[in-house]
Amino acid sequence: MTEHSDIDHVSGRATTGHEWDGIKELNTPLPRWWVITFYLTILWAIGYWIVYPAWPLLWSHTTGIWNYSTRAEVATDLANLEKIRGDKMVALGAASLEEIEKNPALLALARARGKTVFGDNCAPCHGSGGAGAKGYPNLNDDEWLWGGSLDQIMQTIQFGARSGHQKAHEGAMLAFGKDGVLKKDEIVTVANYVRSLSGLPTAAGYNAAAGAKIFADNCASCHGENGKGNQELGAPNLTDKIWLYGSDEATLVETISNGRAGVMPAWVGRLDPSTIKALTVYVHSLGGGK
Amino acid sequence: MNKTVNPTDLQLDDDGPLYAARKKVYPQSVSGSFRRTKWGLMAFCLGVYYLLPFARWNRGLGAPDQAVLVDLPNSRFYFFFIELWPQEVYYFTGLLIVAALTLFLMNAVGGRIWCGYLCPQTVWTDLFYAVERWVEGDRRERMRKDAAKGTITFRRAGEIALKHSIWLMIAWWTGGAWVLYFTDAPTLVWQLLTFQAPMIAYIWIGILTATTYIFAGWMREQVCVYMCPWPRIQAALTDEWALNVTYKYDRGEARTSLKKATDLRALGQPVGDCIDCYQCVAVCPTGIDIRNGPQLDCIQCGLCIDACDTVMTKIGRETRLIGYDNDINIHRRQEGKPPIYRIVRPRTITYAALIAAVGAVMLYALLTRSLLDINVLHDRNPVAVKLSDGSIRNAYTVRLLNKRGFDRVIAIDADGPINATLHVVGADSVTQDRPMIILARDTTTELRLLVTAPAENNPEKSVPVHFRVTDIGLGEVASATDHFVSP
Ligand code: SF4
Ligand code: SF4
Repeated sequence: MTEHSDIDHVSGRATTGHEWDGIKELNTPLPRWWVITFYLTILWAIGYWIVYPAWPLLWSHTTGIWNYSTRAEVATDLANLEKIRGDKMVALGAASLEEIEKNPALLALARARGKTVFGDNCAPCHGSGGAGAKGYPNLNDDEWLWGGSLDQIMQTIQFGARSGHQKAHEGAMLAFGKDGVLKKDEIVTVANYVRSLSGLPTAAGYNAAAGAKIFADNCASCHGENGKGNQELGAPNLTDKIWLYGSDEATLVETISNGRAGVMPAWVGRLDPSTIKALTVYVHSLGGGK
Repeated sequence: MNKTVNPTDLQLDDDGPLYAARKKVYPQSVSGSFRRTKWGLMAFCLGVYYLLPFARWNRGLGAPDQAVLVDLPNSRFYFFFIELWPQEVYYFTGLLIVAALTLFLMNAVGGRIWCGYLCPQTVWTDLFYAVERWVEGDRRERMRKDAAKGTITFRRAGEIALKHSIWLMIAWWTGGAWVLYFTDAPTLVWQLLTFQAPMIAYIWIGILTATTYIFAGWMREQVCVYMCPWPRIQAALTDEWALNVTYKYDRGEARTSLKKATDLRALGQPVGDCIDCYQCVAVCPTGIDIRNGPQLDCIQCGLCIDACDTVMTKIGRETRLIGYDNDINIHRRQEGKPPIYRIVRPRTITYAALIAAVGAVMLYALLTRSLLDINVLHDRNPVAVKLSDGSIRNAYTVRLLNKRGFDRVIAIDADGPINATLHVVGADSVTQDRPMIILARDTTTELRLLVTAPAENNPEKSVPVHFRVTDIGLGEVASATDHFVSP
């Protein structure tokens, strides 16, 4: 027995020899299984260090012997997800656009799928919610350069506009100033006339009759006699409140002088057919679809 | 006082082994009122646990008809007439609070009565002891058989095998009952019998079989003494009024043998009632001597009370030398005052009031919870859209919840100061300008709502819009408010 050995007289049991303010600590050893379990947890921890990535190093970390990585797990999960999605996308591919919109389950799927694909591919130009920007149409409103029906939207997504694809929408705003068709003052006059078409105020002293004449001679062939536009040619309606590039005089003069020919890429070949369908339904459901 | 000094303890010091080998406990069978109570509670608890999954509850076509069901794949919890959704887990929080408070209340009234009578560890251990006793005999026999380890006879091996098989069968069925709470019980039983059940079911049965077998068969009182946190917590929560299994040393001491006690009494000398027969120690499932005073290892099962009462009856002394009592009374009796028991006191009243309050809040929430709900999220990009005719449109993502077990037709309205029109993408129909939606039973549905204010009503700043959904059949209404903004 060591010097600490001491029997507590009340309980008749050995104490640890530790004493605080006259209170002695009984020696109450742990049960054997408890101690064994404790050592096993230590062994387990050591095994864990070896098997799994555990130690952060300055530039990296230990990788463990099983090459376990949460990143690899995510990759597997994503691959599985892709597989599950594959089956559902087949159902989407088999249905017509109208059928998709009528079927709540397919509509929800198309909207969800469309939203992610839109975010990955379309958002850089049209904005994450399809709100557009100067020169990039807002897909939430009800003005469509090339038509807002399901079929027309799909057509535009597939082949784009001025994209170089042979089925792409063609037709551009001509550069009336640069090409010398109209003189500077004529351009200002017709710009004011165009503003008047949608009820915007015109510059003081502008000649309305002259504006109408210039418009009829040069612009009506595309934009229509009343300026209502022509979706065949992608010519915008000039009488409404929506302006792709802006409605102030300076912007209009710039548009008329130098023309406009924004490009929408063709997505056929880059996105698979059912994804394009999903995207079509998504864009249509944003609220502008006809 | 006559204290038991265990010689092995005396060798334990700083240089001794870190651990002590477990001393096996051989509780003796006993009969009496506490033992009967324990049998009754055991039958009730195990009956509920094993049979509840088979109780049926009609929830209509297509809905599960199991009374208690945790439907993990569909994130639903069914309890008789209650169906909870994932976002309603706070009911479980409430339930846990009530459970904790109930435990406190039990502790304030009767110490560790939960441990002694209702805790699963106690219930299953008790059952396993009963099996052991039935197969191997009572305390003395078991001690004798264990001591004769070296000479295992054919008969002895058979006994051991039989005991462990019965234990494993009980453990297996314990795990089996567990998984039945997670899917349709009769179907799963059939699948289990034909080995067609999902892997996860077998895994869980395996885990619970192992834990039951190890905890109730091998670890027993060790779980209560070394693993369970409750004894420590309850020691901090208890007070001097709580009734605990107590050896009334004021009455029992000085203990002496029956013969000596009789002789001394004949001489008119004072002598205690305890005849040092060790019956209370023999029956104790944690193997302690309650006469050493209150101790952490005591699970308050009351079996020592039954044992001592039997002894007292036999020797013609008053029963309840060991009984549910408190320290205050020991001192009062020593001073010649009558014992007092105080169940109703500030502590118990507080716990009871808290339980009632939490219970009332939960009940109120449960009775008034809506079975039709609407959540609205305003589009952020763009927040507002100008249309070609100059009107302004805001879009919202709306989630509708139908917690009823049948499909229903819902009309959607949007009211606000702007006289706006409402369009729902994917509406099933439009009746009198109100978009109509068919909400499938027991699901949530997400919709896109477009609210358009005509040009002349364009608001200057953000104005509130109230969305209202009305069940056409039942007239149930739910609403939510959001804002309409201009670009
Ligand atoms: S001392 Fe008595 S009440 Fe406590 S565990 Fe043992 S038998 Fe049960
Ligand atoms: S059973 Fe009663 S009489 Fe016997 S030792 Fe225990 S307290 Fe004393």
